[in-house]
Amino acid sequence: MSQTGTLMGFVHRRRRGAELFLLVLALAVGIGAYAAVGLGLEGQVPADIVGYGGWLTALIVAAHVTVRIVAPYADPVLLPLVAALNGFGLAILRRLDITYEALDDPHTFARQQLVWMTLGVVLFIVTLVLMRDHRVLQRFTYTAGLTGIVLLVLPFLPLIGREINGARIWINVAGFSFQPGEVAKVMLVIAFSGYLVLHRDALALAGRRVVFVDLPRGRDLGPIMAMFGISMMILVLQNDLGSSLLFFGLFLAMLYVATERPGWLVVGAALFAAGALAAYTFVGNVQNRFNFWLDPLDYYDDSPGSFQLVEALFGQGWGGLIGRGFGDGFPERVPFAYSDFIVSTIGEELGLTAVMAIVLCYGLIVERALRIALISRDGFGKLMAVGLGAIFALQVFVVIGGVTGLIPLTGLTTPFLSYGGSSLVANWVVIALLLRISDQARRPAPRLDPVDESAADSEHTQVVKLR
Amino acid sequence: MNKPIRVVAVFCLVLFMALLVNSTYLMYVRAGELSEDPRNRRILTATYSRERGAILVGDDAIARSVSSNDKYRFQRTYSEPFKYAPVTGYFAYFSQTGVERSQNPVLSGDDSRLFVTRLVDMLSNGDPKGGNVQLTLDAAAQDAAWNGLEALPGEAQGAVVALEPTTGRVLAMASTPSYDPNVLASHDFGAVSEASERLNDDPREPLINRTIGTTLPPGSTFKLVTAAAAIESGNYDADSMVPGGFRYQLPQSSTTIGNYDGGNCGGRRITMTQALQVSCNVTFLSLANELGTEAMAEQAEAFGFNGTSLEDLAGQAQSLYPRDMDAPQTAMSGIGQSSVTATPLQMAMVAAAIANDGDVMRPYVVDEVRAPNLSVLDRTDPETISKAISSTTADELTRMLVATVDSGTATPAQIPGVEVAGKTGTAQSTADRPPYAWFVSFAPANDPKVAVAVLVQSSDTSPDEIGGGALGGPIAKAVMEAVINR
Repeated sequence: MSQTGTLMGFVHRRRRGAELFLLVLALAVGIGAYAAVGLGLEGQVPADIVGYGGWLTALIVAAHVTVRIVAPYADPVLLPLVAALNGFGLAILRRLDITYEALDDPHTFARQQLVWMTLGVVLFIVTLVLMRDHRVLQRFTYTAGLTGIVLLVLPFLPLIGREINGARIWINVAGFSFQPGEVAKVMLVIAFSGYLVLHRDALALAGRRVVFVDLPRGRDLGPIMAMFGISMMILVLQNDLGSSLLFFGLFLAMLYVATERPGWLVVGAALFAAGALAAYTFVGNVQNRFNFWLDPLDYYDDSPGSFQLVEALFGQGWGGLIGRGFGDGFPERVPFAYSDFIVSTIGEELGLTAVMAIVLCYGLIVERALRIALISRDGFGKLMAVGLGAIFALQVFVVIGGVTGLIPLTGLTTPFLSYGGSSLVANWVVIALLLRISDQARRPAPRLDPVDESAADSEHTQVVKLR
Repeated sequence: MNKPIRVVAVFCLVLFMALLVNSTYLMYVRAGELSEDPRNRRILTATYSRERGAILVGDDAIARSVSSNDKYRFQRTYSEPFKYAPVTGYFAYFSQTGVERSQNPVLSGDDSRLFVTRLVDMLSNGDPKGGNVQLTLDAAAQDAAWNGLEALPGEAQGAVVALEPTTGRVLAMASTPSYDPNVLASHDFGAVSEASERLNDDPREPLINRTIGTTLPPGSTFKLVTAAAAIESGNYDADSMVPGGFRYQLPQSSTTIGNYDGGNCGGRRITMTQALQVSCNVTFLSLANELGTEAMAEQAEAFGFNGTSLEDLAGQAQSLYPRDMDAPQTAMSGIGQSSVTATPLQMAMVAAAIANDGDVMRPYVVDEVRAPNLSVLDRTDPETISKAISSTTADELTRMLVATVDSGTATPAQIPGVEVAGKTGTAQSTADRPPYAWFVSFAPANDPKVAVAVLVQSSDTSPDEIGGGALGGPIAKAVMEAVINR
């Protein structure tokens, strides 16, 4: 926070015009991709392109106008990045819908996803409008923490808990399936931020020094052990390797940023290694995934086997540098091409070029989030921005790394691309939170010295507004 | 808190760089390896749905792709399926054989020589097209070979191969029974697998190209190799006196072997020419015994035994002259029995080498490879594999073989006005099966244009008729006539 002083003299520009320009590009990506899907698969621009494009444009314009009014100093790059990814994802889902329909397995992923996107944008607007200062969330530190844990536990409750595809991460209420874990992510970031910003000084106290690294004191290990326990529980009980890794990595990153102690990373890495080893030894599913990752081609015909991963690898290899083009690939050969494996669909039909573009978009989102953390004026905002950025980074790395064979496969959705309402809505709220923090960080600092002496003299009692 | 945030930023950068590098590795570096995996259905379907190039004999496309209104877009069709099946092979979804397989890169358009065409297709957004393959086969010779085999009585299993002696071009390659590759190229995969099962289970083995895939004892036609080895040894020529007589007693054994007709070949001492004319077993048993395994094996290998030389087709069997035979076996090998086996192609190569002054040419069936726009991408150049015999030896042998056709066992191959060189053969198999009939020949003897080998493996003809070239001779004659009169 030492930099805050030097930043005082610098006033950020609002850059809303730049955002609008980038949004036009983003819409061109989304609507253009939708038209290309129609041309590639049906030989004509889809008949509903005007309705679809109009709806997408309306959503994005609504989001933009809201930002203009209630968060004028917010980061201008985040919203266009998200709009491009979401629009592009819709086009990919539409592409898959057409093929699934031809195979007598009709789905309306694109249509449903557009509905979820609408809900996401509405919540995005509501968040920005209702929450004018992110620091109010600090009051809900323990409420958020409790809510997060309850949400994680929900899938185990009888009646509403559902197990889908081997992972018990769903609840079913009134006919709607929902992944509470997606919301729990946001809740936990708020809880960690509030907790760490208060206890960072205590947690930063040095303990024993081992090879240039100050290890934390033993008595401070409580929180990290608790988080480790929760992560292992998620792994063992929900069979969800991806979320487990995500939550623990998230906590570790935030703890490190809050305390500035690399010693926590050593402790965290040791715990992670121990956890991974235990998981490999005791959880058969983890062992399988690890073997499939090492030699995917050897387990092609087995059951459970690596058919899905190998088909994804075949598809992406076939796509090559520029892809086969919409309609000329066989993404339907990969089970769950519309959710976890959407990147392999993109790689097959649009090639390495598109995959790199996607990865760069995510990289930029993470970069913007960390930049917001750097310039944020309060510790709570810094920690929240780091946490939200870390979620994106870890989730994208784990899922794209898994699909491309870099790391063992774990089930996680690709933010804004994969089909899935819970994830999409939660991620729109995440973006709203980031924009709110950045608006606070970039807006000119309030002038603290009253200059109008006559006005000061005229009042004996000053009214100070704290918002 | 900004310092650790920067550390986190660098860490995220590393993660994203790893994703980019790994994607590049997967989709660029490893893409080739993944596309070669036989389980990769994408590659199979893509190749299968492409407009494949034609396989041409003369100006006629014997295999070509025509538009089909289904998801595979093109249907491979064969205009003269049975006649050319041993060479073209078939093009099915899961497997290919023959030229369809060996020239697959060109036919499918993936060959590096077609790079420019591919680039143009890509830039003009056209569908990739395969190149054409021009075969060396001569339509008239192939017709003669096929019709000859078809005319054999009963359900004959036979094979004919004709070579151009000076180049090694394969002019005819026919095998019966054959199959219809159209059935196996069908898009109805259920029917294909049924048909393929039926063909695989057929005891008459219609899927085998007998000219290269079947090895059998070459019988008396191997006497050409024995005679060549004898003359090459320097101790004999066409007029040398060699042992004749009724029977020959195998070394280290009390077994005696007589001549095919039970006669004495015309005396106890006869000329080599006469020995070949009457196909005298006694002579060649004793010559092989005298020359020894080493000299015989060297001569056989110089002609191409113990190896394969045709590179354009898969599924070749090796013609064998084992080097570890004992003395009686070596003697027996002199008349093409014991462990000696040969494919019809190998025996045609022996005849062609004698016709070509002793030079063994590499046989080939692919003459030219052409781009879809018909420009020639590659032409096969004739290649000499080895010098099997000196040209004087070749002349001596030719003289003897002409005499064999003029007034010996090979008279059925006579062509009026043309000097023909030829040799019959009959190889014994088990008692309950008829012997194999062989016939090798080339013509014209003074300026050879074609060398032929005919094998009739099994036919309902009685064993007696087989020996005199009654089965193979007329077919060889028809093929030679077709080439000479073109």
